[in-house]
Amino acid sequence: MDDLLSVNDLHVSYGLSRILHGISLNVRRGELVSLVGRNGVGKSTTMRAIMGLTPPRSGSVRWKGQEIARRKSHFNAKAGIGYVPEDRRIFSGLSVWENLDVARLPAHDGIAAWDEARVFEFFPDLERFRDRKGGLLSGGQQQMLTIARTLMGNPELLLLDEPSEGLAPLIVANMREKIQELKAAGLSIILAEQNLDFVLALSDRCYVLEKGEIVFEGTAEELRNNTEVQDRYLHI
Amino acid sequence: MATRGQTIFLILLFVALALVPLAGERYPLELAVQLMIFGLFAMSLNVLIGHVGSISFGHAAFFAIGGYACAYFQTRLGWPIFVSMPAAIGLTAVCALIIGYFCVRLTELYFAILTLAFSMLVWAVAFKWTEVTGGGDGFVGITAPDFMSNPVLFFWFTFAIVAVSVGLLWLLSNSTMGKTFIAIRENPTRADFLGVNVRRMRLIAFVIAGAFAGIAGALLSFYVRGMFPESAFWTQSGQVMIMVLLGGMHSFVGPILGAVVIYVLETFISQYTQYWPIVLGTILLLIVMFAPDGLIGMFRSIGRRMSMRGRRNA
Repeated sequence: MDDLLSVNDLHVSYGLSRILHGISLNVRRGELVSLVGRNGVGKSTTMRAIMGLTPPRSGSVRWKGQEIARRKSHFNAKAGIGYVPEDRRIFSGLSVWENLDVARLPAHDGIAAWDEARVFEFFPDLERFRDRKGGLLSGGQQQMLTIARTLMGNPELLLLDEPSEGLAPLIVANMREKIQELKAAGLSIILAEQNLDFVLALSDRCYVLEKGEIVFEGTAEELRNNTEVQDRYLHI
Repeated sequence: MATRGQTIFLILLFVALALVPLAGERYPLELAVQLMIFGLFAMSLNVLIGHVGSISFGHAAFFAIGGYACAYFQTRLGWPIFVSMPAAIGLTAVCALIIGYFCVRLTELYFAILTLAFSMLVWAVAFKWTEVTGGGDGFVGITAPDFMSNPVLFFWFTFAIVAVSVGLLWLLSNSTMGKTFIAIRENPTRADFLGVNVRRMRLIAFVIAGAFAGIAGALLSFYVRGMFPESAFWTQSGQVMIMVLLGGMHSFVGPILGAVVIYVLETFISQYTQYWPIVLGTILLLIVMFAPDGLIGMFRSIGRRMSMRGRRNA
């Protein structure tokens, strides 16, 4: 087992309502794994639990073999897990450059470090607006800034929560390319998405979630061919 | 925080202050010294309120600790000023570290209440520990260096220390740490998952704020030639908070502007009526209702409206 991340029988509740009922998944180095499912099935909660933002009721989260389920988020960020939340949570009062500066963390051994130069090369749009306040950017630019900011923390695993949500089709296509490039650069990624085309184009493996449980697990190819699972759990 | 306009305003303010001794009169000189001391005190509180977004209701504690410590070191221990003042600032920082260690575990209202509780504890110590603080009569008769009996020299001494302190705070505000403070104010959870140890950063801000309040307190003790328990009382914490609110807490120069306005108003209005607190209360009411971003926020929106009108006419 050389899993980068392995989640085992994870249970999460918000107060009395139980959100996750025993989620188990794993990510190997360099892999892109997707969590697919409709709204409210627990994709975001799974990510928040991995990041340490929502402590689980039971179960384990192992990062490079070490238990991290009840650790604070900032430890996990320093350990190499980068979280890109949905709905573009930038610091609106800080400029683009300041947003990046605040999130800077040292690189891990053997991985090419991200700094402003590399981030701006990756997202040229951001360089043009480097001194603009984050709150004044467009939706697509804010999404890029959210990802760029997380990259400044030099993660080994990227948790991407609904990166295509609410973006224009052209920007979504651009986002898809960018994620592809990140994967090619050696980053491991967990992607939570509702957009099936987006998922199938990018993923190595997929987990389909329904009501806080994993109901299907397989390669992107297997999910593409399984119309029954698609109809039951994914199509609206 | 510190935009270019604000930096220019700050430089102009210090240039204007530097011209005060030229008037050759005693009263403006004294007023300017008091303004600088309270301006620095308000700016120190803004590290907490404006930067990390923790509203402390007990900031006067550190103002008083700095003042009493400096008075004690100077007078009872007979230390020279270049030892006593840094030692007083250091002691204030240590107290801020101890008090802050407990306070930063809480947030929002609970944080405010705990800071208030600690400051009242400091007040009680100042009030009761007569051998050291002079108790309710205050610590009177500080042994100050000779040059301080000359009001012009004392003005320049205060000017230099306040200018350097404001300069340091300006550097802090524009540093990565300053931006991280603002990130925490905007959203602590977001800062957390980006790898910021939020609690530790809040503690650092608390200690920095306390240390600069201690500098202001030490200056006050020299100026008044004494230190009194009122400086640790919650009304003092309230007054400095109103200065920050009036000036504008989300700006760098706001607090010093608020301190100037409150202090000048208090000085002049108190000459006509003893009901200054009613005026203060009315000012507070007006800010909260009509200018939540303080004077700086008001100037900004007026500026924006004027530039918009200009564009429409063009």
